[in-house]
Amino acid sequence: MNLVGENLSYKLTEELQLRKISFNFEKGKLYTILGRTLSGKTTLLKTIAGLLMPDSGSIRFEDKNFLEIPVWKRNIAMVYQQFINYPHLNVFENIAFPLKQRGLDPQKINDEVFKSLKLVGLEGYEKRKIQELSGGQQQRVSVARSLVKNAKILLLDEPLVNLDYKLREQLREEFKNIFVNGLSEESIVIFSTTDPREAMELNGEVIVLDEGRVLQVGAAKEIFENPKDLKVAAISNDPPMNILKADLGSNKIKFEDIEIDIPDHLSKLKDKHFNFGIRASDIELNDNGFEFEVELAEISGSETLLHLTRGNLKIITSIEEVMDFKIHDKVKINFKSNRAYAFDEVGNLASSPFRGSNV
Amino acid sequence: MGKLYTFLKYFFITVWTVFVVAPFLWALTTSFKDFNSVNGGVTYIPWVDFEPNLEGWRVLIKSPAQGGVDIVEPYFNSLFVTCTASLVSIILGTLSAYALSRYTFKAGPIKNNDITFFFISQRIMPPIVLSIPFFLFLGAVNLLDSLFGLIVVYIVLLMPIAVWIMVDFFNKVPREIDETALIDGCNPYQAFYKVVLPNSIPGLIVAGMFCIIFGWIDFFFAFILTFTEVQLLPVKIVALNSSITPWWSLSASALVSVAPLIVVAFIVERYLSKGNLSGAIK
Repeated sequence: MNLVGENLSYKLTEELQLRKISFNFEKGKLYTILGRTLSGKTTLLKTIAGLLMPDSGSIRFEDKNFLEIPVWKRNIAMVYQQFINYPHLNVFENIAFPLKQRGLDPQKINDEVFKSLKLVGLEGYEKRKIQELSGGQQQRVSVARSLVKNAKILLLDEPLVNLDYKLREQLREEFKNIFVNGLSEESIVIFSTTDPREAMELNGEVIVLDEGRVLQVGAAKEIFENPKDLKVAAISNDPPMNILKADLGSNKIKFEDIEIDIPDHLSKLKDKHFNFGIRASDIELNDNGFEFEVELAEISGSETLLHLTRGNLKIITSIEEVMDFKIHDKVKINFKSNRAYAFDEVGNLASSPFRGSNV
Repeated sequence: MGKLYTFLKYFFITVWTVFVVAPFLWALTTSFKDFNSVNGGVTYIPWVDFEPNLEGWRVLIKSPAQGGVDIVEPYFNSLFVTCTASLVSIILGTLSAYALSRYTFKAGPIKNNDITFFFISQRIMPPIVLSIPFFLFLGAVNLLDSLFGLIVVYIVLLMPIAVWIMVDFFNKVPREIDETALIDGCNPYQAFYKVVLPNSIPGLIVAGMFCIIFGWIDFFFAFILTFTEVQLLPVKIVALNSSITPWWSLSASALVSVAPLIVVAFIVERYLSKGNLSGAIK
């Protein structure tokens, strides 16, 4: 009964292709596809929708070969990152469109449309033209249109990416509510995003996609706590995790001229040489710490991102408050080494603070 | 600055209006004159300078036997040929433009853009190049001197315009709109006429307008491909010029021949100035 894809391959261009992707999506669950631009997120969603025909592989849903069913009979819904609505119809007609297409009776259509309008908070806007709405409202209309169908598969392709910061936060909150309350147990929701925070906040199953391959599948928490390798660590952290080439001494970890104590979970590492990974948020300002020079300071929302250098070392740290730094300022920092990761030389996770040494 | 600008603006608009309207007014007054009012010195204002009469207009609908020139039949021939050819061109042109915009065609080195260029290249070459092939072709299929033959030729001439305008227009309609329609349960044909077409009305109007104008004013092919059975309006009017037709009838015939274009211009202006069409797609 699940939506099962096996070995899906599709080649659009050299850079953009799916390479033997397999998945198993269960009903009533939320899946987040996390990946950078050109990782194949949209291509995968369009393949599931039926807008693209894979070169090889299969998709089955409810024990039927999905690839044999044309798009318009698949009972899916999709929201694009661009705000796609029908410009010649008003808000009501836009949302009613898929229902009319199914030939429901007008009274039923009316009820469903208003229910859906209420869900996305656009009551009273039903007579407006699409062009008279703001970007956020336009996106709500397309979300309403996709919800009204009660589709068995709901695909959301970076629906928040073209919205401004404030609106994105707000809609993300609302999405969570809609996914919890507005959908039936029968639906599969697939949400794609480039933003790791979005993936963590939505808290569904996360599929990490890179260059058309699935790197890791797991609950959001698991991906965050135990990224399988350096690539996943880079994709699932924003700002990216700091990775430093380190040596394991007898009781110290050394990188460049810095030595720090070995935390418990890293004490049993096999290799002498490894990649020391630490999140930007796990580096703190500390007067007794190591001195670094500020290369760039940017304020984003309520935090300050510092790009720091010391000799050949380059790291990024984020501080949970707005602070004023100038270029070439000296700052002292400390690594919260008990929250550090170790990746072996090939890049695979060797040890994480949440799940000691792998070996 | 503001006042001077306003003054200059209205000044130039006035000058231009006079420049455009004067010939029409002149033709209009002339069409109501008779021999004396035309040949007996300059006269301008009806009822003051001269006594208007309808003789010039009457001549147009009288048969040659009654001393008239009878442009009624050529007029309806022209209307029929132009409208039919435009309609067929728009329908075929829109369909092929949609296909060229949305699907990928490939035959060796020939791709979509080459096909589009092939269409428009039909308009790039001078019409005179086509005259002999068309003549021979229509002769071979026995359609010379017939309305149907003219319609066929005009479709060949007008369809490239429709394709060219509509390809450009469809390219501006995001492909995601078609995809959304498919996802919302339309098959590809429904997606086209329920969603893409209603959003392409401005393009259709522009393409239709160009087809009608080019069809209506064509003299060259109407002249070459017809002899005695069928006559189109432009040919008829030019023929009047060289005969003994009086000035007042010539003026009247000139006016009736531009009338449809003026009507088209007004309709289009009304429609486009509603504003909601030009900005339909962001």
